[in-house]
Amino acid sequence: MKLPPNTATTKNGACPVEEENSRAAKPIDGSRGLKDLMEHIMKALFLFCGLVAVGFVLVISVYLIISGLPAIREVGLIPFLFGTDWDPANKSGSPAYGILPMILTSIYGTAGAIVIGVPVGFLMAVFLSKVADRRLAAVIREVVDLLAGIPSVVYGLVGMMVLVPGIRVLFGLPAGDSLLAAVIVLAVMILPSIISVSETALDAVPREYEEASLALGATELETYFRVSAPAAKSGIAAAVVLGVGRAIGEAMAILMVAGNVANMPGLLKSVKFLTTAIAGEMSYAGGLHRQALFSIGLVLFLFIMLINAVLNLFLKKNGKEGN
Amino acid sequence: MCDNNEKIIIESNKLNLYYGDNHALKDISFRIPSNRITALIGPSGCGKSTFLKTLNRMNDLVPGVKIEGQVMYNGEDIYSKAVDVTRLRRQIGMVFQKANPFPMSIYDNIAYGPRTHGVRNRAKLDEIVERSLRDAAIWEEVKDRLNKSALGLSGGQQQRICIARALAVEPDVLLMDESTSALDPISTSKIEELAMDLKSRYTVIMVTHNMQQALRISDYTAFFLLGELVEYGDTQTMFSKPTDKRTEDYITGRFG
Amino acid sequence: MNRESASLTQGLSARRRAYDIGMRALLYASAIIICALLLFLIGYILVRGIPHLSWEFLSSEESVIKNIEGILPALINTLYVVIATLIIVLPLGVGSAIYLTEYATNKKLVAAIEFATETLAGMPSIIFALVGVIVFCEFAGLGTSLLAGAFSLVMMTLPTIIRTTQESLKTVPQSYREGSLALGAGKWHMVRTVVLPSSVDGIVTGCILAVGRIVGESAVLMFTAGMGMRLAKYGHGLGEFFKNLFDSSGATLTVALYNYAKERADFESAFAVAVVLLVIAFIINIAAKLAGRKLKKH
Repeated sequence: MKLPPNTATTKNGACPVEEENSRAAKPIDGSRGLKDLMEHIMKALFLFCGLVAVGFVLVISVYLIISGLPAIREVGLIPFLFGTDWDPANKSGSPAYGILPMILTSIYGTAGAIVIGVPVGFLMAVFLSKVADRRLAAVIREVVDLLAGIPSVVYGLVGMMVLVPGIRVLFGLPAGDSLLAAVIVLAVMILPSIISVSETALDAVPREYEEASLALGATELETYFRVSAPAAKSGIAAAVVLGVGRAIGEAMAILMVAGNVANMPGLLKSVKFLTTAIAGEMSYAGGLHRQALFSIGLVLFLFIMLINAVLNLFLKKNGKEGN
Repeated sequence: MCDNNEKIIIESNKLNLYYGDNHALKDISFRIPSNRITALIGPSGCGKSTFLKTLNRMNDLVPGVKIEGQVMYNGEDIYSKAVDVTRLRRQIGMVFQKANPFPMSIYDNIAYGPRTHGVRNRAKLDEIVERSLRDAAIWEEVKDRLNKSALGLSGGQQQRICIARALAVEPDVLLMDESTSALDPISTSKIEELAMDLKSRYTVIMVTHNMQQALRISDYTAFFLLGELVEYGDTQTMFSKPTDKRTEDYITGRFG
Repeated sequence: MNRESASLTQGLSARRRAYDIGMRALLYASAIIICALLLFLIGYILVRGIPHLSWEFLSSEESVIKNIEGILPALINTLYVVIATLIIVLPLGVGSAIYLTEYATNKKLVAAIEFATETLAGMPSIIFALVGVIVFCEFAGLGTSLLAGAFSLVMMTLPTIIRTTQESLKTVPQSYREGSLALGAGKWHMVRTVVLPSSVDGIVTGCILAVGRIVGESAVLMFTAGMGMRLAKYGHGLGEFFKNLFDSSGATLTVALYNYAKERADFESAFAVAVVLLVIAFIINIAAKLAGRKLKKH
């Protein structure tokens, strides 16, 4: 067998190539080490950022529990939750820490806001989604968005200057600061979220449902209320729950119109909400009174967590139906 | 074009329809006989569905649509101003291409139409629901789960629910817009049988892509092309000896 | 129901006609009520506030002795709080969104982070106020200061930034990522060069929305940043500036409004501040719309 004459040369020629390869490979390896380090650092940093939200929720929960429990332990859970007297600044030495009036006020106030805000907001959503001319709907949507962007103290201010005197005159009261004023302010404040969430739900109703209804001889309005709205019901329910969350958590606007006396709720009575008790008394409270305010915060927190759980349930259901 | 002994239920005269600048139907003059199955065939976009939707004025819902000419139903112009569209649509029912039961119970789906038209009596509604489901040949399959959601049924069942829903308001005419195109062969044949049963009491007008289907079940066939009614006549005659070259090409599968 | 051959022109029954007209009337009534309400709100605020608004009001610090009213401190405090909050929240929020969309593999961890984000988004501001007071003012020793306010607002605005960033990250086509990784780029390199540049619009939108929430917030700032209406001494140089930012407390526009209306019954000034807030809300709305539109185009 005869070897090709140039085998050796080929071998010799191959060597430098291999060397070149390994020379080229070394820097790549080196920089990969640095790169890997960088990758790890960045990944850790991003993980940290992701955990910040979890950390915040933990901090909020832990601190609210730590600072909310002492007063409840001191007053007693039942007297605290179901006591009807809130009089922490009693100078004669018998302060009372019952928050039932505030719990009920918050519930009634929220319910009132929902009763007014949801029907109006829902009708508006039907109008925007189904009836209104496209350009008109766009203009109104801008207007509603602006409504959502107005700070709550501005609502409080206008409520103070218009609603409160109006209620005073209309019902012949010595003062117009009342649950009614707060309910109206809250109803207006939850409108934008009710409208936009319901509208999204109504927009997502398949056109085929509506066509089927029209083809059966239903009018357009019969179709919207008897087919489209029921088809969008879980989205609309989510809008309601969202509204509940907004209303129960609002503080500053109603602080300015509710009168802030811890009465048992009555529509025309001056009342104190869970939120306004905190916002109104935090600046001067001390000792057990201050601790009691944190306990109110804890109660409010539990309410909100419950509402969020319900909201998530609806949204999840929505997502499933959407798929 | 159509046997002179037949009683005519719907008649269009020089019907023109425009979507904006698009001239979608051109001078359609067409007489549809009562208690027969009339099939509308033609390639996609030829205007057959559009024509179907002019018969119950579902085209009114399309923005920018303009309709000229006349459509007579039992001697009344359905496009006259005095016509109440809801009454027209009640008498001319429609089944869509895709089964579209409402997201409600089977019972509520069928009862929706009668309720809309003022039937409140529960016993009466029960009777209507049962009769409509029987007429749509699905009663036996669903009678034990009337309160379950209609969305849980199979595609073929859903489509028959939609037919039952359309029958529940006692229409004279049933428009079927490719109502079997999304179904499997067994469901399709069930609905074809159903259509043949129904023609003793209803006039059926169906759009179909499937020429075998038109040949199997229809009495009359109309061939649409590019917005024109090319040929219309007795189904057997048309499929055996079409008069127009374009019809022949389409039927023999040279295009479409 | 009897099969009818009645004329097509017979029309709806009286009952159905009443339903139709009644419902239509309700729809229009609600639309008119809401629009009228908004026009009244805006009109009322402008009519009561504009007469009191002047360059002097905007540009000076109030002084009882000189009988000058002014909201310059509130404007500057608002600006500081906005900037300080954004500086802290932006990296955290964007980083969190990047982790969720690009890195996270553990489903439980993702669920936990998303649950936490949703919880923060649904939390009322008065809770942030309480926690801000204990954690930042007292525990961290920041006292009642703009910085404590900013930290508290970070908790509140974090979900906004995370969500909008996440949404825009999701719109970046998967093929970009694959293309970058296929060239041998590391994940961080890919994020930095391909993903982040394509999601700038979403981040900008998030910032605008966050600014809107910060400017409109009052409960949190009242307790964590204070209610002072005087101009803090900001001193000279960057070092002193930051030192003072740590120390000084003061009211932002919303808190100033509350102060004027509730504590001092100076309604003219309150409405003048309301006009300023309204203008800011309007500008933020437009900016968010523009940024959002650009986002949609991609």
